[in-house]
Amino acid sequence: MVQVLKSLGFEYVAANPGSSFRSLHESLVNFGGNINPEFLTCCHEESAVAMGDGYARIEGKPLAVCAHSTVGLQHASMAIYNAYAGRVPVFLVLGNTVDITLRRNLGDWDHSAQDAAAMVRDYTKWDDLPASLTQFAESAVRAYRIAMTPPMGPVVLVADSGLQESPVPETTRIPIPKLTLMSPPAGDSAAVNEIARLLMAAEMPVIVAERAVRTAAGMKLLVELAETLQAPVTQGKFPTDHPLSHPDGKVIADADVVLGMEVNDLWGAVHVYRDQLHGSARSLIRPGVKLLSISPNELYIKSNYQNFQRFTDPEVNIAADAETTMPALIEACKRLLTADRKNAIAERGRRLTQRHAQAREQARQAATLAWDASPVSWQRLFAEVWELMKDQDWALVGGQPSRLWRIDRHYQTMGVTGSGGAGGVGFTAPASVGAALAHRKHGRLCVSIQSDGDLLYAPGVLWTAAHHRIPLLIVMHNNRAYHQEVMHVQRMANRHQRGIENARTGTTLTNPDIDFAAIAKGMGVYSEGPISAPKDLAAALRRGVDVVRKGEPALVDVVTQPR
Amino acid sequence: MRVSLIFIAAAVLWAQTRAPERSKQQTTRKDAAAPAGDAAKGKKLFTATGCYECHGYVGQGGTAGPRIAPDPIPFPAFSAYLRHPANQMPPYTEKVASNQDLADIYAYLKTIPQPPSPDSIPLLKK
Repeated sequence: MVQVLKSLGFEYVAANPGSSFRSLHESLVNFGGNINPEFLTCCHEESAVAMGDGYARIEGKPLAVCAHSTVGLQHASMAIYNAYAGRVPVFLVLGNTVDITLRRNLGDWDHSAQDAAAMVRDYTKWDDLPASLTQFAESAVRAYRIAMTPPMGPVVLVADSGLQESPVPETTRIPIPKLTLMSPPAGDSAAVNEIARLLMAAEMPVIVAERAVRTAAGMKLLVELAETLQAPVTQGKFPTDHPLSHPDGKVIADADVVLGMEVNDLWGAVHVYRDQLHGSARSLIRPGVKLLSISPNELYIKSNYQNFQRFTDPEVNIAADAETTMPALIEACKRLLTADRKNAIAERGRRLTQRHAQAREQARQAATLAWDASPVSWQRLFAEVWELMKDQDWALVGGQPSRLWRIDRHYQTMGVTGSGGAGGVGFTAPASVGAALAHRKHGRLCVSIQSDGDLLYAPGVLWTAAHHRIPLLIVMHNNRAYHQEVMHVQRMANRHQRGIENARTGTTLTNPDIDFAAIAKGMGVYSEGPISAPKDLAAALRRGVDVVRKGEPALVDVVTQPR
Repeated sequence: MRVSLIFIAAAVLWAQTRAPERSKQQTTRKDAAAPAGDAAKGKKLFTATGCYECHGYVGQGGTAGPRIAPDPIPFPAFSAYLRHPANQMPPYTEKVASNQDLADIYAYLKTIPQPPSPDSIPLLKK
């Protein structure tokens, strides 16, 4: 089993130890030499899987995760669902004991299942229970390939403890298939040409490129497509200084054609839902606007969990990987570029350049509001953090970036939402540690804007970062509440006309205030705070960066404005 | 009624999108339209009634709500919007926030000073 995992090129295996994979664990660290993969000690299975999620978003491939049967998988399940909804490859090896004669005690019975992977089958791409080492090898390579084929996702390989612990004669040679990844699905030429025709004929084509970019090459392609069309890009990994970067999305109201590329919720991209007593939806686009889509999402869809979002019916709908399809789309657009269209397109580019500059200036003006307020404003926090990052090779591995930051590398953010694919809270802390691990070999300065509620789910990941010397500056966005939930309860109280004074009951994290610096210190992480006064922020962040530059994690607890 | 609500919604949308402005003349005109309010009480209400959740402690706005200070929109539009919001904000009936509460909150918003110019802040200089 260790040889199989080595053959797949895993750098790390993240796990909270469990007896159902004790033999594999021991073999990894002794027979395998605890290198490629190296064992990462995790304090929660959810942390292990989310670390894998964050790592894969940066590295472009999974790390291995081991989990104990039943209870371990139950702990891991939310993070697996996040990875599934986020289309992120996670490779999970799950311990289990099928043979009742091998169950030693009461605990083994509690921690065994007839069909161990069943619990997460609704939100994994594939699973298997190999009955032999030959099958384990084949299934592991198959699982890896399935996880890495767009739409990517988590896979589970059950490693039965009987199979793990049975001796293998020295002379036995188990064939391990060679890993060959699948070529991602690309759009067929007729549909691509039709999309190009509609884009080139449009007066204002708008690109919503949510998950379209995975690599540096993908980011270059997106820039080339946008520049060919002189079309604004409202979402996705696109250089923020580029005049066609329009992340506020307002430009969508002017669109006559909208191209969604790997948009998780295309309906939501062109509608807004009004959450009042009588909920209503309003279209953000004009009647008759042509919707186009390139996305692999419907190539793999399941019924139970509803993350497939509201139905849309694009005029042209290509079931393919966007990054793989972009070269053909760019060429098709260029072929349609006539002298007449060139002038109109260039004029559109001039208008969008002006709009981009206006929006940036508005954002700069808005950043001055509450500049000296206490608790610290978001914009002040962003500006202070940016000052330390701007001249470095940096990456934001948790939280959302500021509109004023210069983002021009695909690895500088974690994706459009920056949170777990399914919005499962508790993701940012472990995913940021996993992503920082992937960045470590490149020497990048990693920063995470870490919300308080998220960290409290499994703060043990701080210890994992300290133990494995993962350099990461964690800047707490400590607003001392689950503010989104405060607002939901407040909304209901308003709706019921009962007064809103009690909306903070059950939604705030005060009395006592949580001392995140003390928590971090207890986990072996350098820390400072709480900091409420903006004037104290710069020096504390600088000291944190100094620690990170020495290869260690650091945490600066900043008490912030709500949202 | 429908026309006036549309007007109010438009006024609020305008307020959401504009950059901070520094017009003394405008402030004076708004003051004339606002009822008497207790700014200190309004500051407490701003927190107690949860305004800060979306708009920030000094009305600066954020990811969940627009900027509402400094230079709040005229009081009649402010009051009407609270009672009959057009977008995501939940309505605040008189049972939840009295007219006097609104006047106090408005008085607090009027005390919020103008922000510094971005060019005077080294971190925000171009």
